[in-house]
Amino acid sequence: MADPVSLDALISIDHLLSEEEKLVQATVRRFVKERYLPRAAELFAKEQFASDLIPELAELGLLGASLTGYGCAGMSPVSYGLALEELEYGDSGLRSFASVQGSLAMYPIWKYGSEAQKQRFLPGMAKGELIGCFGLTEPDAGSDPGAMKTRAKKDGKDWVLNGAKMWITSSPVSHLAVVWAKTGDGDARSIRGFIVERGMKGFETPTMHGKMSLRASPTGEIVLSDVRVPEQNMLPEIEGLRGPLSCLTQARFGISFGALGAARACFDSVLAYAKDRVIFGKPIAAKQLVQQKLVMMAMELAKGKIMALHFGRLKEQRDLLPAQVSLCKKNNVGVALEIARTARSLLAGNGILLEYPVIRHMLNLESVFTYEGTDEVHTLILGQTLTGESAF
Amino acid sequence: MKILVALKRVADPDNANKVKIPGSGDRVDTTGLEWKPNPFDEYALEAALRLTENGQQPKTRAGEVVVVTFGPKETETTLRAALATGADKAIRVDATDDQLDGDLVARALKTLVEREKPDLVVMGKQAVDGDSNQVGQILAELLDWPQATFAATIEEEAAGSVLVGREVDGGVAKLRVKLPAVVTVDLRIVAGASVYSTKTARTFKYNEGVRFAALPAIMAAKKKPLTEVKLAELAADTKLKVTYAKFQAPPARKAGIKVKDVAELVDKLQKEAKVL
Repeated sequence: MADPVSLDALISIDHLLSEEEKLVQATVRRFVKERYLPRAAELFAKEQFASDLIPELAELGLLGASLTGYGCAGMSPVSYGLALEELEYGDSGLRSFASVQGSLAMYPIWKYGSEAQKQRFLPGMAKGELIGCFGLTEPDAGSDPGAMKTRAKKDGKDWVLNGAKMWITSSPVSHLAVVWAKTGDGDARSIRGFIVERGMKGFETPTMHGKMSLRASPTGEIVLSDVRVPEQNMLPEIEGLRGPLSCLTQARFGISFGALGAARACFDSVLAYAKDRVIFGKPIAAKQLVQQKLVMMAMELAKGKIMALHFGRLKEQRDLLPAQVSLCKKNNVGVALEIARTARSLLAGNGILLEYPVIRHMLNLESVFTYEGTDEVHTLILGQTLTGESAF
Repeated sequence: MKILVALKRVADPDNANKVKIPGSGDRVDTTGLEWKPNPFDEYALEAALRLTENGQQPKTRAGEVVVVTFGPKETETTLRAALATGADKAIRVDATDDQLDGDLVARALKTLVEREKPDLVVMGKQAVDGDSNQVGQILAELLDWPQATFAATIEEEAAGSVLVGREVDGGVAKLRVKLPAVVTVDLRIVAGASVYSTKTARTFKYNEGVRFAALPAIMAAKKKPLTEVKLAELAADTKLKVTYAKFQAPPARKAGIKVKDVAELVDKLQKEAKVL
């Protein structure tokens, strides 16, 4: 038997990373291994969020890590992506928390907020003392956010918000929500962002129970009943759908790295299992049918990583086009889900046990496949980009 | 307090089975191995950082930690990681493992200690590759400093000494060593209540283990000083005292046997293993 070569060694991705990036990767990897993985299965099983880890995530600089100033770490896109990949090696729920805090709650304030808003909220959010969420999706407006029903009406110096948001990561534990609402009668160009704070009358965030995916991350609704939001809590620098969509572009970039972490966890688990599990007198790793599946996983992981790195390097130079991020998110989450499902089947009966990380990642990735632009929406974005024809 | 910490990069002990010895038996083949800091040296760094801060305010340094390693250019990664974790400056002594033995490292460290003038030298009790367990002891002898090895606890004392706890058969031996001194550390030094500077309240408990480098600190580490020194500058005589005659892999373990019941097990333990 020849000595096996690890996938990392095979694709030699290290040669494409700086010393600093490797150190970020190693640090977050160790953090996840020591602080999260021992509890990952239990948190998932009990539908619990590891809120006690928030101060440690903040201390590491993982909240708003890609932003600059206001106590944020100012990581490069690739370092940020690598960090999220390691978090998602732990659990997609853990990574989702970081993505939402940084890209969906902090980013709009950092990008479109007034200086007073930035000073007031960002340092506390970077420290994890203030948890944020992002209210865009509604029960009847998911892929078509322009059809949102939530309205903001000016009343004196306040805005009065009414509506309901759904599928909101972290809303049950949040101290503030960046809520997107129409200020006109129906035109998406009238969409504005509002910082709604815990304690404002009429602002409720009921938890959604019964999820079989992302169980370690709290998901809820945002219910707005005549919530009076002072004028100074409106994001002054953005109008229209471009506001929320630009936040999603930031988050989706991180997800295209993150999903690879979940896929790699499945690959590592199934590779070790295949070497140990003996059937018909041989380890299943010595079976052609199994090798074919392992090789498929390895190839997709390698291609996904190289693509994520490519777009990460590009993002160091200039903003990515939304379609570029769609390409990377759609591909990497799609292959991650496929890898997780294949790993699940290779583990056979063991594949349905939480004792192995595979079923947990597989179930989590069903959400990642659907949220932040469904797989289908990314197809339509790319289809439109390539043909010039809208097929929405 | 100023502390010098000696760090060694070793082949990842989790992949010890990948270590290969060529047919010639004249060396260990290190190609393809992954490298990590020696775990005991990481504990030494953690201990040194705790001794140079108030545990409640770890971001404010209250002393200086200088890390030093002996190795080729790639080992600067190990030093950068130490700087990101909190060390203040780093020195790389340019050398490869085959140019070094415990005696030469200790002699070169002696010169570095004379240059840097630390109050304390802290290092792992041994490196997990060669497991020689010599450098700290030889260095203390060369410097004519007191030493405390296999430390499980260190308390800084106001009178210019440290109180070191060593786990021995039947209890803990406490040694009071006057500074300057050499201390080598064991695994337990990273427990929550193992190391106290005079600034840290005795009621304070650290997180167990080696601290994590924060991401901003990783970026800031690029700006911390890292200097290179030639081995010959530190030791006039670079001849090795330890020469290796031959390398040989341990014999492969034979597969065990399965017994069908307890009676058979007891029988074999009595008659074959003769341990009962």
